[in-house]
Amino acid sequence: MIETFALTKVFPPDKKRGPVVALDHVSFRCAPGQIFGLLGVNGAGKTTCMRLLATLLQPTSGTAKVAEHDIVGAPEKVRASIGFLTTATALYGRLTAAEVVAYFGRLHGMDEATLQERINRLFDTLEMNEFRDRRCDKLSTGMKQKVSIARTLVHDPGVMIFDEPTIGLDVLTARTVVQFIRDCKARGKTVIYSTHVMSEVEKLCDRVAVIHGGKILAEGTLPELRQRCGVDDLEEIFVRLVEAKA
Amino acid sequence: MSVHSIRIVYLKELLDLLRDKRTIISMIVVPILLMPTIMVTMGTLTTKLVGQARQEIPKIMILGGKDSTNTLAALSDLKSLRIVPAKPDYTNLISEKIVRAAVELPPRFDEDLRAGKTPTVRIYTYEGEMKSMFAAETIEQFFRGRRESIVSERLAAAHLPKNVLTPFNIRRENVAPPQKVSGNLIGMILPYLVIVMCMTGSIYPAVDLTAGEKERGTMETLLTSPVARTHLVLGKCLVVMTGSIVTATLALSSNGIALLIMKATMSASGGASALPVSLDLPSLCLVGVVMVPLAVFFAAIMVAIGLYSRSSKEANSYLQPLLILTVLPAIAAALPGVEINYQLALIPIVNVSLLSKELLTGTLHWSYMAVVFGSMCCYAGLAVAAAVAAFKRESVLFRT
Repeated sequence: MIETFALTKVFPPDKKRGPVVALDHVSFRCAPGQIFGLLGVNGAGKTTCMRLLATLLQPTSGTAKVAEHDIVGAPEKVRASIGFLTTATALYGRLTAAEVVAYFGRLHGMDEATLQERINRLFDTLEMNEFRDRRCDKLSTGMKQKVSIARTLVHDPGVMIFDEPTIGLDVLTARTVVQFIRDCKARGKTVIYSTHVMSEVEKLCDRVAVIHGGKILAEGTLPELRQRCGVDDLEEIFVRLVEAKA
Repeated sequence: MSVHSIRIVYLKELLDLLRDKRTIISMIVVPILLMPTIMVTMGTLTTKLVGQARQEIPKIMILGGKDSTNTLAALSDLKSLRIVPAKPDYTNLISEKIVRAAVELPPRFDEDLRAGKTPTVRIYTYEGEMKSMFAAETIEQFFRGRRESIVSERLAAAHLPKNVLTPFNIRRENVAPPQKVSGNLIGMILPYLVIVMCMTGSIYPAVDLTAGEKERGTMETLLTSPVARTHLVLGKCLVVMTGSIVTATLALSSNGIALLIMKATMSASGGASALPVSLDLPSLCLVGVVMVPLAVFFAAIMVAIGLYSRSSKEANSYLQPLLILTVLPAIAAALPGVEINYQLALIPIVNVSLLSKELLTGTLHWSYMAVVFGSMCCYAGLAVAAAVAAFKRESVLFRT
């Protein structure tokens, strides 16, 4: 379960600009066995929201609960309960695929026997045995994305956070990621998924929140959003919501 | 869990670092091969070139002296000098290195000597130019010989014994044991070398594990793990410290071997006195003990700066000037007359440099040892705290 309560993030001013309100009193709820989509253009606040949920950033005000743990009060417990995947979360190029996954398993406090069993199972499921002992800097993009998936799953987290995980990937690799997200839902995990690609939202998400300028403009299931805006096309729904706010 | 987490981070970072060719080059190849090679090559080359310069018979000019045939003839007979005809632009010829030196005999030089006057012989040289200096030495040696023989003749004519000019002798004797004599010499060089290598050895790992991670995008991946930020940064600091100590130890060992090779070369050439090189193990071990907090201090500072940097390039642009700044306090032990006291024992780097010199000469003041070790531990602690604070600041970690 993920629940946010008026989650706000203001970045302090720097030489180039004044304070930036990246996230403005955002509240939503994402239940287990559901994929919750966060749809917005670049700079809408999606990544900030995901980083706050993953406790990489601290909120300016408000809070969130991830797997029953408060992101401000118990950030380490939150991180122990999540799998975080973005195209920005790179792999250690000088370590092999197996070493990277094992490293993150150890950082999650797994004992060696459980870890090895888990790695074997993941490598079988994701068909990674062929490049198990190959260094990550020698892997193709698709192989790397599989290693990243194994890295996020090694400790079997209950909550999965995906921040534009298919951006820049080729069609086949993107399909692998999309299938992986579906599998997470099927296994009853809580999944939050940020993207600006409408078709992925339509394919994957049970509930969608449209985010713009750091604020949630609308939230609901796809049929609910269609009904509210009076149009079927998601892109049209998105544009109408953004224009209405402007 | 905390020690276990630090160990996991440490082992992974070490493995990652050792698989990088650049690490092997900067931490292992450079201290083992490059510096001793430069040292031995430069030493051997210098010895050889100085020897060759000494063997060359320098061209000199004699200015004046046509009325002093005795001196002129004696000078011309010297096989160690080649007399060339005098020319009015001798200063230019010396500056152009065509002639190495010129000697000017004043008018009536021989006659004035016989009359018991004190005429002045002038030697014109190119100050600082080695071959010109050797030529001047040979000329001076000749005139010193002439002066001594004239003094002997005058003493004999006055029926005075030779020792009238030396009513007593002065002899300086070394009472310090050989270990202290050699320690004093080594103590000036070794602390500088070890301190600078300690810092050099930490630069590459620190940049790679901080700014390098940011650049490669693995920092965000690491931060999603449940391990406390403090443990992550401690693991990184320990790896950087390991790099620092390994580099310093390798540099010390390889330079020690190079020094022994140079000693053997110089002894074999016979041209220079042998280097008084001998060190005892307990002194070296104590130097190693004070180097540990220094390595932690360097590691934590480097990690903090590396974390603040957006890229490896930016980190290097901060750290290279810092390396140059470190040279100044590191060289304290080599400065003449500077000795450790309680004020200097509190200044980081300077204190380690001066204490190491004392230790290498076999002088062990436990009070200074305690002050230096204690103050360095405090500085190291503060530097680690700064690195941890930097690692906890999102404005530093996500600085773009």
